[in-house]
Amino acid sequence: MIDTSLQAMAQRFLSALRHCQVLQMRVHHADAQGMTLILPYSTQIVGNPQTGAVHGGAITTLMDTTCGMATLCVLPEFEVCPTLDLRIDYMHPAEAGKDIFGHAYCYRVSRDVIFTRGVAYQDDPEQPIAQVVGTFMRLGKGIKGGLNFANTLKGSGQ
Amino acid sequence: MIPPEVHQQLRQAHAEGNYEPLLRLIPYAGLIGIQCSRQGDDLLFCLPASQDNIGNPLLPAIHGGVIAGFMELSAALYLLIFSESAAIPKIIDFSIDYLRAGHYRDTYAQCQLWRQGRRVTNVAITAWQGDPDEPIATARAHFKIEEMTSPLK
Repeated sequence: MIDTSLQAMAQRFLSALRHCQVLQMRVHHADAQGMTLILPYSTQIVGNPQTGAVHGGAITTLMDTTCGMATLCVLPEFEVCPTLDLRIDYMHPAEAGKDIFGHAYCYRVSRDVIFTRGVAYQDDPEQPIAQVVGTFMRLGKGIKGGLNFANTLKGSGQ
Repeated sequence: MIPPEVHQQLRQAHAEGNYEPLLRLIPYAGLIGIQCSRQGDDLLFCLPASQDNIGNPLLPAIHGGVIAGFMELSAALYLLIFSESAAIPKIIDFSIDYLRAGHYRDTYAQCQLWRQGRRVTNVAITAWQGDPDEPIATARAHFKIEEMTSPLK
């Protein structure tokens, strides 16, 4: 029996993204309200050797992926949605040694564009380390390779 | 705070055009594989094509987060070398526009310092692959810097 739940689809999507695998990212939770991913702490993503704080680039990768995958929560069928733009406001540095959670949701879905926002946090979502807004383009279902990938996500592809 | 000997190392790196020792201090720089070279008085950053940086398996294309991380790191290194900040520049915000897919090939970036205040700087970053006139992404970032309390000798 193939698991077609959003959570399972999200896991398959994430496992297809090589760089996210390098960062050992995992799906924490996925439902109609939004997507939550985990970026585990690791010394390889440190940006400030004096403090051991994770580099903003790794947080941007987490949030670009989380916002992009939040589109899975609102679209009836899988569509390729490349990022149009992304803005990150850094509230305070990430604490060394702690995993980072990324949570995002879609606040407007139009015919061509999806607007998302989210936060990155460690202990408390109310005390985020970063706030993010991202805009994604809907390319539709017919895009090259998109249908195959959609089938793979559903578990029916090869 | 950046110790005076590190400032000395930074100036030496720039004078010799060898930024390897500087990049080795930053684990994330090694993870994505960023390189830096001197072009006259300017800096050219390169992100060599790497399977590990792929985020879109269909095209394939470099992960947008890696492109952003590469550009943010380029801006930070640029400031580290040119702003003579007393502390490591701290990112305040970062905004990126993706113009074209970043294909599986070498990517380049250059920075422009639009404004250096006493506490905050504004840097623009442009990234391209084949043709500098067809950027794959443009970004801008604000960094907090710390003015030197006494001039360096």
